[in-house]
Amino acid sequence: MSAEAKMEIGQLTVSASPHIRCDESISKIMWTVNATLAPAALFSVYRFGVKALVTMLICIAAAVVTEYLIQKWQNKPVTVNDGSAFLTGLLLAMNIPSTVPWYMPLFGSVVAIAVAKHTMGGLGYNIFNPALVGRAVLLASWPVAMTTWPEMASKVDGVTSATPLGILKLQGYEKLVAVFGDKMEMYKSLFIGTRSGSMGETSALLLIIGGAYLIYRGYINWRVPVFMIGTVGVLTWAFGGHAGLFSGDPVLNMMSGGLILGAFYMATDMVTIPITSNGQVAFAVGAGCLTVLIRLLGGYPEGVCYAILLMNSVTPLIDRWLKPAKFGARR
Amino acid sequence: MAKSFRGGVHPDDRKRLTAAKAIEVAPLPEKVVIPTRQHIGAPCTPVVKVGDLVKKGQVIAEAQAFVSSPVHASLSGKVVEIADYPHPVFGFCPSVVIESDGADEWVEGLPLSRDWRALEADALKDIVRQAGIVGMGGATFPTHVKLAPPPEKPIDAFILNGAECEPYLTADHRVMLEATEKVVTGMRIVMKLLGVAKGFIGIEENKPDAIAAMVAATKGTGITVVPLKTKYPQGAEKTLIKVILDREVPSGGLPMDVGAVVQNVGTMVAVADAVVSGLPLVERVATVTGGAIAEPKNLLLRVGTTFAQAVELCGGFAAPPAKLIMGGPMMGMAQCRLDVPVIKGTSGILALSAADVNAGEERSCIRCGRCVDACPMGLVPSMLSILGQRGNFQMAKEEYDLLDCVECGSCVYVCPAKRNIVHYVKYLKAQNAAAAAKK
Repeated sequence: MSAEAKMEIGQLTVSASPHIRCDESISKIMWTVNATLAPAALFSVYRFGVKALVTMLICIAAAVVTEYLIQKWQNKPVTVNDGSAFLTGLLLAMNIPSTVPWYMPLFGSVVAIAVAKHTMGGLGYNIFNPALVGRAVLLASWPVAMTTWPEMASKVDGVTSATPLGILKLQGYEKLVAVFGDKMEMYKSLFIGTRSGSMGETSALLLIIGGAYLIYRGYINWRVPVFMIGTVGVLTWAFGGHAGLFSGDPVLNMMSGGLILGAFYMATDMVTIPITSNGQVAFAVGAGCLTVLIRLLGGYPEGVCYAILLMNSVTPLIDRWLKPAKFGARR
Repeated sequence: MAKSFRGGVHPDDRKRLTAAKAIEVAPLPEKVVIPTRQHIGAPCTPVVKVGDLVKKGQVIAEAQAFVSSPVHASLSGKVVEIADYPHPVFGFCPSVVIESDGADEWVEGLPLSRDWRALEADALKDIVRQAGIVGMGGATFPTHVKLAPPPEKPIDAFILNGAECEPYLTADHRVMLEATEKVVTGMRIVMKLLGVAKGFIGIEENKPDAIAAMVAATKGTGITVVPLKTKYPQGAEKTLIKVILDREVPSGGLPMDVGAVVQNVGTMVAVADAVVSGLPLVERVATVTGGAIAEPKNLLLRVGTTFAQAVELCGGFAAPPAKLIMGGPMMGMAQCRLDVPVIKGTSGILALSAADVNAGEERSCIRCGRCVDACPMGLVPSMLSILGQRGNFQMAKEEYDLLDCVECGSCVYVCPAKRNIVHYVKYLKAQNAAAAAKK
């Protein structure tokens, strides 16, 4: 083909530079996050049985279908295959007990997608993490069902209906250790995931592996989980014990509840957290402080969900306050 | 350890297509279309008329203003037309069309043989201006203006920009290898002209042969070769000064505000040719490359050769080009036609195939922050793109430092939502300029 022959002008695209782009995409990021959550999700199906799988599928299907219908209705491009609605459904499932009746996950997913995501304008515009909004609405609507955890096939009989943090709050640290046998047993159980809780609250190990992969790929900032979990560890160690300052059990506090899941998968939700690295650190520390505040002084045994949602609301402020250092600003 | 800067991106450099290919001298074209405007600044006025016989190196368009640069005939022959012709930057531009007489003769008295050491700074500056030398990296700012900083801005360091951080381009690389002595001579002339003792050559580590050649050629001259990390936009003026001198050009300022002058490799060859041999700038080395080019090459092309002729010299197209670009893929200008001419700032002719382009549908910003991490200027590109969609240039300027954006395109390169951030920035800057003009 000669150059002269190729003078068909219409075929050349004219646009602003740059003319090459990396091969990252929203779909790639979202599906990768989904994939890294899969081991923890499958583990909870293994621990909690088929009921967990059903609840999970309801969450995901409801989220995807809701997004599809809204985008159809609004005559917007349908983007359900980018994996973000799927992720919201999956994260919501990880945040609720497997035993809830079928209409609760359905309702939660519809609220998450329709209210928390699409009333704001869809992906990228939502202020609050949709999955956490879904969970908060469910917790407010059906507090009993949302805090009744399934009996788990565990050798420790005591760890059935209450979460470790629930026992800690109501019956104290000694009782909690006694339930597991001894401290090492307790840590091991928390780490591996043989304890009761929401579907995604169980295996710290699998969540950390998934999160570590996301850090390796550059999809999340390592500072967020490190600072959030670290803040919770330090504050609970300092103020969480009954024998005065620095008598708390940081390991227990860092590995229990929804902290690992929240710190790796929800406090890192790019849409709803600050955009700069420093802002994300501020966010993570703030979320850690609020978590501890709720756990130690609040009425709930666990506070990760509310802590992250509250910090979501100040994200725009943090973004204005912590901008990157501009080149040439210093003379 | 090679030096680097904050931010930036690592695109595949694709330089292997042409890095090992020696510069090929393009055959004498039958006809050239020479635009009268090939620089940033005031346009030139043609000083020849249709029917005139001209020689290579003869002035055909003269500069009136200080920030301007004369244009010379790039071959000997007959002026057959003076009319508006397509231009790679300005759309259409008055151009002088010259038909070759086949003799390719220099204008009378050229080339000379001069000893640059014997010439005074003012004489050197005048030679540079009359030779029509502009920044050949692509910016085409008249070189004599850059070499004449006001007395209140003392210059103490000169930097030769051998980074060539744009993917695909290898013209500077080849020039550093094949015209090493000329590059160093040009550099020493400019350093004498500026009266500076400190000279640096910044070269990215992906060109170890160029680094070695420059180290050897600068021995005993007091010029330091600085290996740079291979990272885009390493060769942007401000980042280059920061990396080599650890000085930050203040926001809204120029390199001379921190005592530095930066010049491109090709420009130094042009300076050496002009001062030593009296030759004006009529040809340049450009990399003709990209996935759609059959046989990518580094070509020595006359100003006024059309892109079509250059592509033909490289075997034509191997695949239908999706984009035709003057310059590199990160900051080059997309062209809508092949009959635009090579100008003094044409560092490359890039024909990208659809597979090279990888555009994708633009989505809303998901605030992933990759653009913030990539921005060498420390801006928040995502906000600039959002404000661009809203046309809010006031807020972009006052709160998000719109005017500090150098349009390097790093943000767009990394964006997973495929947002056209540079497009929005250009739009906002235009809005801002229009509003300022109204006042």
